[in-house]
Amino acid sequence: MHGKSGLVFIGLGINDEMDITVKGLDAARECGCLFSEFYTAALMGSTPERLEEMIGRPVISLTREDVESGDLILEKAKNERVGLLTAGDPMAATTHADLRLRAENEGIPTEVINGISILVAAPSALGLQHYKFGRTTTIPFVEQGYFPTSPYEALIKNFEAGLHTLVLLDIHSDEGRYLTADEAMKTLLLMEKKAGGNFFEEHPLICGLGRIGSDAAVIRCGDIHSLKEKDFGPPLHCIVIPGPLHYMEKEALKILGNTPEKLLDDY
Amino acid sequence: MGRKEDNIKKAQAIMHKPKYIRNIGIAAHIDHGKTTLSDNLIAGAGMMSEELAGKQLVLDYDEQEQARGITINAANASMVHEYGGEEYLINLIDTPGHVDFGGDVTRAMRAVDGAIIVTCAVEGVMPQTETVIRQALKERVRPVLFINKVDRLINELQLTPEQMQDRFVKIIAEVNKRITRMVPPELKKEWMVKVDDGSVAFGSAYHNWAINVPFMKRSGITFKDIYNYLNDGKQKELAKKAPIHKILLDMTIQHLPNPIDAQKIRIPQIWHGDLESKFGQSMMNCDERGHVALMVTKILLDPHAGEVAVGRLFSGKIARGQELYVIGMPGKARVQQVSLSVGADMIAVDEIIAGNIVSLTGVKNAIAGVTISDDPEVEPFEKITHYSEPVVTVAIEAKHMKDLPKLVEVLRSVAKADPSIQVEINQETGEHLMSGMGELHLEITLYRIVNEHGIEVNSSPPIVVYRESVEKQTPREFEGKSPNKHNKFYVVVEPLEEAVVEAIKSGEIDPDAKIKDVKAMMRTLQDLGLSKDEAKGIVMFKGPNVFLDMTKGIQYLHETMELCKQAFAEAMRLGPLANEKVMGVKVKLMDAKLHEDSIHRGPAQVIPAMRNGIYGAMCLANRVLMEPMQKVFIDVPQDFMGSVTREIQQRRGIIVDMSQEGELTRIEAKAPVSEMFGFASAIRSATAGRALWATENSGFERVPRELLDKIVAQIRERKGLKPEPYNAGYYEG
Repeated sequence: MHGKSGLVFIGLGINDEMDITVKGLDAARECGCLFSEFYTAALMGSTPERLEEMIGRPVISLTREDVESGDLILEKAKNERVGLLTAGDPMAATTHADLRLRAENEGIPTEVINGISILVAAPSALGLQHYKFGRTTTIPFVEQGYFPTSPYEALIKNFEAGLHTLVLLDIHSDEGRYLTADEAMKTLLLMEKKAGGNFFEEHPLICGLGRIGSDAAVIRCGDIHSLKEKDFGPPLHCIVIPGPLHYMEKEALKILGNTPEKLLDDY
Repeated sequence: MGRKEDNIKKAQAIMHKPKYIRNIGIAAHIDHGKTTLSDNLIAGAGMMSEELAGKQLVLDYDEQEQARGITINAANASMVHEYGGEEYLINLIDTPGHVDFGGDVTRAMRAVDGAIIVTCAVEGVMPQTETVIRQALKERVRPVLFINKVDRLINELQLTPEQMQDRFVKIIAEVNKRITRMVPPELKKEWMVKVDDGSVAFGSAYHNWAINVPFMKRSGITFKDIYNYLNDGKQKELAKKAPIHKILLDMTIQHLPNPIDAQKIRIPQIWHGDLESKFGQSMMNCDERGHVALMVTKILLDPHAGEVAVGRLFSGKIARGQELYVIGMPGKARVQQVSLSVGADMIAVDEIIAGNIVSLTGVKNAIAGVTISDDPEVEPFEKITHYSEPVVTVAIEAKHMKDLPKLVEVLRSVAKADPSIQVEINQETGEHLMSGMGELHLEITLYRIVNEHGIEVNSSPPIVVYRESVEKQTPREFEGKSPNKHNKFYVVVEPLEEAVVEAIKSGEIDPDAKIKDVKAMMRTLQDLGLSKDEAKGIVMFKGPNVFLDMTKGIQYLHETMELCKQAFAEAMRLGPLANEKVMGVKVKLMDAKLHEDSIHRGPAQVIPAMRNGIYGAMCLANRVLMEPMQKVFIDVPQDFMGSVTREIQQRRGIIVDMSQEGELTRIEAKAPVSEMFGFASAIRSATAGRALWATENSGFERVPRELLDKIVAQIRERKGLKPEPYNAGYYEG
């Protein structure tokens, strides 16, 4: 990015302050003002203090309202170089497209510095082929008046198209609530019941992942009906529902995911 | 054994013979003399001393009622009367005439089969007279007419015998006009009241006498004689010759139907199940061997027994200890006591059979309007419709913090006993908001909370309840955006068809019920003036407002519809001008754009988006504030006419009509409720206490434009909002 003022979206990666790219770190250090946003995704292996120490600059943490309204960020970015630090990749699982477009419309130059995203890390952890992932979906916390079944419908469509499904899980970081893999599996079974399907009867294989990208990562592959009772440890978690498998993928799930062999027979 | 005890014994015997039972109500405009009449009947039947009748007001057993001289609760009493050599049991329900308590009248009518309509000979048919006639006929309750206060025609208005008769003819014609307008054609002829057959009586309840034509024929007393008795001030003598209880109870037995005959006509009107079914037949025939069918018409709060459910038993019998179901509520309840009521006394009995009015204790889940049966699957009775729109609110808080739990409990049971009282908790301040039909209604309810339940409270001065609405259709679709900007809802609002609002107010459409039969609702809405496309989009009602989904085939919209409904309900509960309730608005969702992933279209996104869409569309449709209006009827000697009109005009009132009745001038006016606070003492001092007046709530009307900003700012400041409402630009986000 040229000139002094502008807005840089900097991806922090998926686990701790060490996941930021060298380019991202340099860009952050060049900013006059740094904001962070952790309501759409969180950096569980780190703390704001450690992040500030790493960059060597103060970082202002924003609420969801601040980011959604965007006025504060855009106002600053008119006069100086502003960095917005987000977990994962800034334009991937967390979508800040609106903010970027508003900035451009107001004549504020923008730049995106990618970070490692779970969209890439989850397939990598399981040894599944990136080419074969379909539409990503998210399971929300069940709330009064809101129980969508579209995540369940999405995974079936993916499967029918020969594709795997990455399922992200809801985060209410302001309340300290993170949907866990086991809860989400129970929700998936409820969605199946509501939608009147039987997918998991025929294809019970599911993969639960916790803390990917950290030393304490956990990967469990198995029958949804037994995994839904397992504790996956501290957040963040996500889920993968494999589609039809290439023989290399079967091998990977066996070795990397410790998948019981008989579950793989039907794939 | 006293006469009262003796009669209770007889009553217990007759209640097993429905042919000898009459369930009746007495209904009238306020101050036309219902309660005085009731007391006469009860006294005459030996339930109280005759000397006290007309003065004691037994049915006004509430301390407040006696102090104010008006009836607030519909009380009931049973009495025994001999006619043609047989003894009859008459179950009587007295009902309030003050409009603030109109809900009680509607409910009381469900319990009875016949009604004595009382009108004052001087005032004639008043608005509330018309209302009670309508309420009676809607329930297929057969009327007879008693023209009261006949003595005043002679002693005050000094009419000649001819003028007196003319007046009677006029009143009877007025009453019959209203009866024929409201009964089905096949009953018209039979149900009209007639002087000749004795379904009309004349008299003075206060002076304990009455006459009708059959009695005149039997006794040889003529109109001329009556005139002379009154002229000579010999009403006491007349009362001996023509005791009111005898004439009116004879009239009741002769002209008002017994439960068996009445239920054949009434059940098809008040119960919408299959009439040919066993249950239906049992009710049509008032059969004590059938399943229990009890409709609760009132909950009394008894200091000893707690909540007492009073109602009409249409079929079956109820015994002490029996297990019954409140239809629509989980579980069953055991009847602790079954009783007949005599004023404030309840006489416990072992069992009561179909055709009677009964009081039950132990049925905890019961509220006014529910159906009770021994079969949990039966079709409940038609809802008793009284669309009461509270117009005045007071904020209450317990003086002592320790009383708070008790206050919450008492408010709950007050609202249960009187469904026209609404209690809400202000979430911001934690205070309780109690709303009712008028200043008096709330004053009395407050008095009870303090004096009967012993809770000291602080209450705010009464505040008027406003409504918000819109003037026209939104000129374009208004776009409501979600905070994350990934979802958009396009909304149009417009004034709702008056016929739909009316249907909701009259109870034809129940806005709170789940729409079970969508096709039938579509037809209803189309009949009421919605286009076919609009009717097809019906999603829900909220108060007198409707939400229509006009979109077609938008992916994922069905997943967010519950959230849209929540947003609609919230927007209708808290309008955009002043957070008052919204009325008469049609909200149409025209289009929506939704994010692919469910996480980006959850409650935190959709509810604000839809709400802003509705609020913004309302801004573009010109928001208006509606205030409750009251009709005011004043009878005053001519000399004070000027003072009265001044008093009305100072209160933004307009004179609607003015007429001359002998010495008196009758003024009909209309004024905003907000301006009517304190009218009672103002009119008293302006007329040296010579004005007789009554009010009637008369719906909501638009606040004049020049006052709008000021009133909106006042309400908003009271609620802790910034004085200026937001404009459309704000909701565009």
